Amino acid sequence: MIISVASGKGGTGKTTVSANLARVWPSPVQLIDCDVEEPNCHLFIKGELMARDVVSMRVPQVDAALCTGCGACSDICEFNAIAALRDDALVFEELCHGCGGCTLVCPTRAITEKDRRIGGIEVIQAGHICLVQGRIDVGVAMAPPVIRAVKARLDPGKTAILDAPPGTSCPVIATVKDTDLVILVTEPTPFGLNDLRLAVDMVRALGLPFGVVVNRVGAGDDRVHVFCRDEGVPILMEIPDDRRIAEAYSRGELMVDALDGYRGLFEGLVHTVQGLRTRTRREDHADLRV
Amino acid sequence: MKIAFTTSGHSLDAPLDARFGRAPRILVYDLDTGTFEVVDNTQNLNAPQGAGIQAAQNVARTGATHLVTGHCGPKAFKVLTAAGIAVYTTDAATVAQALELFRSGGLTRATSADVEGHWV
Repeated sequence: MIISVASGKGGTGKTTVSANLARVWPSPVQLIDCDVEEPNCHLFIKGELMARDVVSMRVPQVDAALCTGCGACSDICEFNAIAALRDDALVFEELCHGCGGCTLVCPTRAITEKDRRIGGIEVIQAGHICLVQGRIDVGVAMAPPVIRAVKARLDPGKTAILDAPPGTSCPVIATVKDTDLVILVTEPTPFGLNDLRLAVDMVRALGLPFGVVVNRVGAGDDRVHVFCRDEGVPILMEIPDDRRIAEAYSRGELMVDALDGYRGLFEGLVHTVQGLRTRTRREDHADLRV
Repeated sequence: MKIAFTTSGHSLDAPLDARFGRAPRILVYDLDTGTFEVVDNTQNLNAPQGAGIQAAQNVARTGATHLVTGHCGPKAFKVLTAAGIAVYTTDAATVAQALELFRSGGLTRATSADVEGHWV
């Protein structure tokens, strides 16, 4: 089972939910940090570094001796990443999405591909948790290729929990795509609700089963709850607004380890999620495609 | 010798567009014949990125060897330089005024981009 944890609004508790859920998961689990611009699960999951790898993408390179300047490469490029000149083509690697279109259409086979380093992956084993985190290189603007490389480490035999980046744009979609359940973490504030609406629209457009975790319950108002009730969105768990959680977080400790009562709360989420999984398998997620 | 100007209009009296990549049109003036043609550049108006690169390629395809515009970013400058096109920047209001400045030697050839890129 692949569970993704997303939010819309940043700072609502995606990493908190992901890391604590992984900690109490009853069997070996992968925790995949897809927030490759600033991965932070490792602050809470400390273990042994098992592997470190480079993430590259394929970008074109032009052999000027073969180039006729026909412009086919430039015409097919949606991202203006290659400019055809009289007898050469200039590549702007930082704009290239690596689709390979220019290589395919070049009539003289002047274009070949080479690897461009865009980030790295680290695998850390901590007890029953295998943490896989991606990190994009400074100066690289495109996160999805790094996220896809991280997701390529998914072990089909294990449950995986994916910690998504904030927002509702390409990096988030690259994360939640092809997952079995999306947990949307929000907070009961006007900002939390506004971005929850955007996130709900996103997962509905993608046709993904989802539910909501409300964090810091008691801190704001009831509009998130009203929204969920009116929209028929299931609330999977509520985390109270408890200063001790923030204090533990600031020390790099998980609430399920540091505070009484919270292990049981997250074990409840495990059961809820596993129950949904059992049911949704049978009913093809019908009840969660709300 | 052909000189390209970025413009929002269709004639010599039209405004010189200060933007290079996202100028709607490119006016190409032929100094030898005293005639001009106008080339569309609107495919770049809504491009998410790389407008300057595409516009530079458009200028190169016109056969122009000189470009007069308001500002030119680093990627466009790289393409223009590779295409052997000399770049001049000016705050002249119209194409005609910019052309007059060019003719009278009132413009200095740019040796680098004069504005920052918009991406990475």
